[in-house]
Amino acid sequence: MSVEWVAVLAKTGFVITMLLSVAPVMNWVERRGAGFIQIRRGPNRVGPFGLLQTVADAVKFLFKEDRVPAHVSPFYYFIAPIVVLVPACMTFAVIPFAGPITIAGQVIPMQAADLNVGFLYIFAIASLGVYGLIMGGWASNNSFSILGSMRSSSQMISYEISLALSVVGLVMIHSTVELGQMVKLQSEALLSFGPIVIPRWGIFVQPIGFLVFLTAVFAETNRLPFDLPEGEPEIVGYHVEYGAMKFATFMMAEYMNMAVASGLAVTLFFGGYQLLPGMGTVLGALHLQGSTQDWIRVLFEIISFTVKIAFFMWFFVWVRWTLPRFRYDQLMDLGWRVMFPLSLANICVTAALVYKGWV
Amino acid sequence: MLVKRKTAFFSRFYLFEIILGLWITIRKFFSRKVTIQYPEQRRRYSERFRGQHYIKATNGVENCTACMLCPTVCPSECIHIEAGERPDKEKYPVKFEIDILRCCFCGMCEEACPKDAIKLSTIYEMSSARRPVYDKAFLLEQRGNK
Repeated sequence: MSVEWVAVLAKTGFVITMLLSVAPVMNWVERRGAGFIQIRRGPNRVGPFGLLQTVADAVKFLFKEDRVPAHVSPFYYFIAPIVVLVPACMTFAVIPFAGPITIAGQVIPMQAADLNVGFLYIFAIASLGVYGLIMGGWASNNSFSILGSMRSSSQMISYEISLALSVVGLVMIHSTVELGQMVKLQSEALLSFGPIVIPRWGIFVQPIGFLVFLTAVFAETNRLPFDLPEGEPEIVGYHVEYGAMKFATFMMAEYMNMAVASGLAVTLFFGGYQLLPGMGTVLGALHLQGSTQDWIRVLFEIISFTVKIAFFMWFFVWVRWTLPRFRYDQLMDLGWRVMFPLSLANICVTAALVYKGWV
Repeated sequence: MLVKRKTAFFSRFYLFEIILGLWITIRKFFSRKVTIQYPEQRRRYSERFRGQHYIKATNGVENCTACMLCPTVCPSECIHIEAGERPDKEKYPVKFEIDILRCCFCGMCEEACPKDAIKLSTIYEMSSARRPVYDKAFLLEQRGNK
C-alpha cells in the first residue's frame, strides 16, 4: 500500500473514533455541567468522577427491550435513526484538524477528505439529516410525532437559510470555500498593536456573520434554546415512538452534529487548527528539526483544534443551562425577521467593503 | 391575552442579557455545591426527630403494661396490642404490633404513654422490600437514643 492509502485510512479512523467518542463524553460533560450549574454535583458514583456513567447508560440502552409498536411502518421506522446518524458522521470528513504534513515526498492534508467544495459539502450533507427526522415522525404513524417532525423540519429549513447566508461573507473575503485554504488565510495578521497581533480569524472580520452562524447552528443541532423538535421530557416530538438503542441513536446524532457544528465554527471563525497564543512560542523553544518538528507541530495543532472544539462543545452545554426555551412563534420570528435580514445586510456590507478593498 | 411589556431599548437585543445570564451560570458552576452525599454524609436532624419506633425496656423487661392508651390515641390506628398477665399479676403485652405503613409518625403514642415505654427514635431509614409490620421482638431491640 502506498503512503497515501495508509494516510487516508489512518485519518478516517481517527475522525470516526473522535466522533464516536464524542457522544459518551459529551453526555457526561452535559450531565456534570448541568449539575454544577444548578449547584448540584451530577453523576459522580460510577467510576472516577462518574466517567463510567455513560458506559452504564450505553449498556442499559443496549440491553433494553427493543419494542416496535404494532402500528408503525417497520422499514422506515428502523431506517430513520440511521438516516439521522450517517450524515452526522459524514460531515466531519472535510474539517481539517491539523496542517498538511509531508511524508515521503507526498503532502498529506490532515482531513479525512480534501474536497474542493469545502463547507458546501457540509451544508449539503447536514441538510440530509432532516429526512431522518421526517421519516421518524411519519413512520411512527402517530399524529403527535408527525406534528413534531413537521415542527422540526420547518425549524431546520428556516435556519439553514441564515446558516448558509452567514458564511457567504467569509467566502467573499477569502474567495474560497475550501476549509484548509480558509484556515491558512486566517493565519495572517489583521491588526497589530505592538506585540499583540490580532489574526484574521473569521470572528474578527465577520462578527455579525459569526453571531448569525452561532444562533443558526444552535437551531440546526436542535439544542436549547431552540430544542422544540425534541424537548425530551415535555414536548412530544418526532421520536415519541422510539425507545432503547434507536432513541439513543437519535441522541448520539445530536451530539455528533454538535461536534460537527463546533468544528465548523472553529474552522470558519476561530482559525481552525491555528496554534493558540503561546503554543507557537513553546514549539519554537523546543528547537526540533526535520520530520520530528513536523510531527510535533501536527500534534500541537491537533491539541489546539481539540481545545477550541471543546470550548464550543462546552458553550453548547453552557447555553443550554442558561437560556429558557423559545416559543415556536418566537423561534420563527427570530429566524425570518431577525436572522435572515441580518445575514443579508451582512452580505451587502461585506460586499461593499470587499469592493472598496478594506477587508 | 397579549400584554405589551415595556422593555428597555438596549435589552431588546437580548445579546447583552444573554451574556449576563452566561456570567451568572458560570459563577454558579464554580460555587460551592449544596448536595449532601447521602450514604457518607448525613443531614443533621433535630434530637426530637420522630422516626422508627421502639419499646423501652428496663433490666430486659419491657416498660409497657398494655394500658391501651397508645392504640386509643393513635390517629391512624396502626398499633395492635393483646394484653396478658404475668405470674406476678403484672399486665403485659402478649402481642405488640405496629403497622408501620399506616403510621403517620405524629408521636402521639409517645406522648400518651404513662410508662415511657413506646418511643420514637431518630432512625429514618425504614425502607423495606416487604410490607413491614413491626412485632414485639423487633420493637424490643433498643435502637433509640432517648
